[in-house]
Amino acid sequence: MYKYVIKRLLFLIPTIFGVSFIIFLVMNITPGDPARALLGLSAPQADVDALNHELGYDLPFIQKYFTYLKNMILHQDFGKSYYTKQSVFGEVWPRYIITIRLALAGVLLSSLIGIPPGIYTAVKQYSLWDTIPSVIAFFIAAIPAFVFGLLMLFIFSLKLNWLPSFGATTIYHYIMPTLTIAIPPAAQVMRFTKSSMLEAIRQDYVRTARAKGASERAVIWKHALLNALLPVITQVGLSLGILICGAVVAEKMFSIPGIGSLIVDRILFKDEPIILAGTILISICFTIVMLAVDLTYAFIDPRIRAKYTTGGKE
Amino acid sequence: MYKTDLETVEAVNNISLTVTRGRTLGLVGETGAGKTTTALSILRLLPATTGRIESGRIEFNGQDLLKLDENMMRVIRGNRIAMVFQDPMTSLNPVMTVGDQIAEAIELHNGKMPHDEVNRQVENILQMVGIMPQRRFEYPHQFSGGMKQRVVIAIALSCEPELLIADEPTTALDVTIQAQVLNMIRELRDRLGTAMLLITHDLGIVAQTCDDVAVMYAGEIIEAGTVEDVFTGDRRHPYTAGLFNSLPDLRSQAKRLKPIPGLMPDPSNLPKGCVFAPRCGNRIDICDRERPRSVQKAKHRLSCHLYQHQEAI
Repeated sequence: MYKYVIKRLLFLIPTIFGVSFIIFLVMNITPGDPARALLGLSAPQADVDALNHELGYDLPFIQKYFTYLKNMILHQDFGKSYYTKQSVFGEVWPRYIITIRLALAGVLLSSLIGIPPGIYTAVKQYSLWDTIPSVIAFFIAAIPAFVFGLLMLFIFSLKLNWLPSFGATTIYHYIMPTLTIAIPPAAQVMRFTKSSMLEAIRQDYVRTARAKGASERAVIWKHALLNALLPVITQVGLSLGILICGAVVAEKMFSIPGIGSLIVDRILFKDEPIILAGTILISICFTIVMLAVDLTYAFIDPRIRAKYTTGGKE
Repeated sequence: MYKTDLETVEAVNNISLTVTRGRTLGLVGETGAGKTTTALSILRLLPATTGRIESGRIEFNGQDLLKLDENMMRVIRGNRIAMVFQDPMTSLNPVMTVGDQIAEAIELHNGKMPHDEVNRQVENILQMVGIMPQRRFEYPHQFSGGMKQRVVIAIALSCEPELLIADEPTTALDVTIQAQVLNMIRELRDRLGTAMLLITHDLGIVAQTCDDVAVMYAGEIIEAGTVEDVFTGDRRHPYTAGLFNSLPDLRSQAKRLKPIPGLMPDPSNLPKGCVFAPRCGNRIDICDRERPRSVQKAKHRLSCHLYQHQEAI
């Protein structure tokens, strides 16, 4: 098992090289340069060139890439932002903490809202207790996240004045953004839980459990749910993976200084160091989240555990 | 009787079976004849939304199971009536150790039993079905098909039931393992004095294992009696005769087997007369018009017009 974890973590190294190369390439073939963005359209070309040279932006692509890698590996130096001249790490890290906090809260909330009705509707299939929640879930899943955000802003900030509308300083600041990013995935998680639960309760081993004389509650919780949760965990892990890449819409709407809005903002300024560091950090976190999902899988399902410990050879 | 949105399918009709303590009744029939449905009805485990028992009685020690409420039924399930399912590959929960799955059945019906005692019981029962007790910490995927079926049987026998329903317990296994599992079931039945309902489509198994036989066709029991009555008796339902003819015989040099022509009728659209009439080689006029009554001689029961007039006692 440890071997498996180490192997997966070692895969991070080629991932980081690959991600940084792609970002470098894309930044290089898209038009624009940081100096022009900083100095404005009317600045003389000579000044722009001088600033680009000062920032190190005018070096050839391959040379820039390898210098970057060298600094990153040997000196753990991710460079300075072209735009703010601050150390990249100092700028990206605090914002990333906020993003992770928001993402975790969002995923936790979406599971809490999504999973229980998913189980319930599956158990009560074809009754009114199935139809009503399912229809509501379909409806919610069809509404984009920003609609909820705007609605909540309008009601709770503008009309009732209960919650702050921007920033991320206190816990109250997180309520509305978390809800905004949690509701659409919650509807998805619910539908997912329902379908996988419906499949689980029709399995032969559930019938075996009933034939043992187990109560309906034990059948659902002990036998069906654990098996039904496997696909749900994948779904939840995926939405966590998406959320840690930054919830740009929610961040913009509630003016939260997260990583998503940071990267989107700095693309305009061609702020390569920030974009690179941000993306690398995201890819590291994404890998870790996916690893965590796989480990949870192994924790629940002994068949998968066996596969990991034998290195996939059965 | 199954009920779906589209149509009502009467999967099993008008059947009557008796299993006596210490004896084994074999329920034989083609795929889709309603054998499993019959078994599930006894435990009242028909799928809740689609399956329903419209009328009848299921008596167990003089008690009508259909009149019990769900809680009382749970006390009987697994404890006094236990069931071994058809497919051992899918009948065990993949995320629980086999020991826990057996222990669950024991704990459910022996509420106050201390933990050590339960564990000892689990080890005993594993030993009884021929699995090393140390293997109780393993998961189903670590067992072979035959071993899994042993585990399923261990679960069923863990509370020493009075009636064991075995639904094609060997169909999913290969022949050598089949013999082992059958021997084991027989041995355990004799040791525990359990009554057994053995569902199968294999007449060989019936001959080896059962005392009584009931032949099921399209949801009806068309012939029933002791093994001798049905296997060697002079009177036979044409369908039973057909079943025997479709078996390979070592003594005759026939190149081809003689299958029964045609298919079983669609249970949502049963023929008006005898259910077997469309495929029957000995059909007479009345067969298409009227359902045959069952004729009984000693323990041998037959539903066929051929015998109706001869022995209308």
